Amino acid sequence: MKVEKLKIKSYCSILNNKVMLNDQLLFENRETDFSSFIKLAYKKMDTNYPKFFKMDDLSKLGFLAADILLKPLTTDSEKINNIALVFSNSASSLETDRKHQDSIVDKENYFPSPAIFVYTLPNICLGEISIKHKLYSENSFFIFNHFNAGYLYDYATSLINTGKADEVLCGWINSDKEDYEAFLYLVSTEGSITHNKEEIIKLYTTK
Amino acid sequence: MSDLKQELKEKIITQLNLEDIAIDEIADNDSLFGDGLGLDSIDALELIVMLDKDYGIKLTDPKEGKKIFESIEVMSNYITTHRTK
Repeated sequence: MKVEKLKIKSYCSILNNKVMLNDQLLFENRETDFSSFIKLAYKKMDTNYPKFFKMDDLSKLGFLAADILLKPLTTDSEKINNIALVFSNSASSLETDRKHQDSIVDKENYFPSPAIFVYTLPNICLGEISIKHKLYSENSFFIFNHFNAGYLYDYATSLINTGKADEVLCGWINSDKEDYEAFLYLVSTEGSITHNKEEIIKLYTTK
Repeated sequence: MSDLKQELKEKIITQLNLEDIAIDEIADNDSLFGDGLGLDSIDALELIVMLDKDYGIKLTDPKEGKKIFESIEVMSNYITTHRTK
């Protein structure tokens, strides 16, 4: 096993109606609800991907944050990028699960929506990102009570050091009712921030 | 444009979340799938549910949808003939 000194190459957060890349503010709109905010952010980021509008809120959140970090890396469509995805949250796909449940609760008015049902798993978000960026890499979605920096650190380190991935996009995307939060960071052999548990917690708590 | 065709265009845009498409951009004979509106297989299932819920038409074979959802014109004719509500 080749042990690399790993770095955090870049990081992105979306919360409180703000989109941040590293410590730079990319977009802010305090006047709107999540649905309008994420649509405006999508347009501001010049993300030309009409399927975005069909996604549930969790996928929109993860997709946009991931797109900001991956877009500079995946512009060459011929290049195979071995970037693993390791995401986590506490609410799983609960918000969409509730919408699906609402559509099937009345036996006299039983019309489940296929477009909602397909998002009743949190890892669908990883599929959306993989399709857009042509990733055929490892991906996992974990459910924790709280952001678990130690677990993400161990998992990303293991993926790179065992040669399963060249880089790992890690983090936390959570959406439940009006609360939402995305924090993703890219673990690589390049970058200026040391990849360790303390730095991950620092970036997460100061986002 | 007939009321039903107008209604179908509105429903397709709203229910399939076609954010960047306006009603007048959908011609009656445009293909809904493939090179036309670019709908996918989940959209096809959503249209099957819409036929059932809004017009009382139950498609027992999803493959029937391929013909029925060819265009707004074809859909409108099919609904007019088969609707139960």
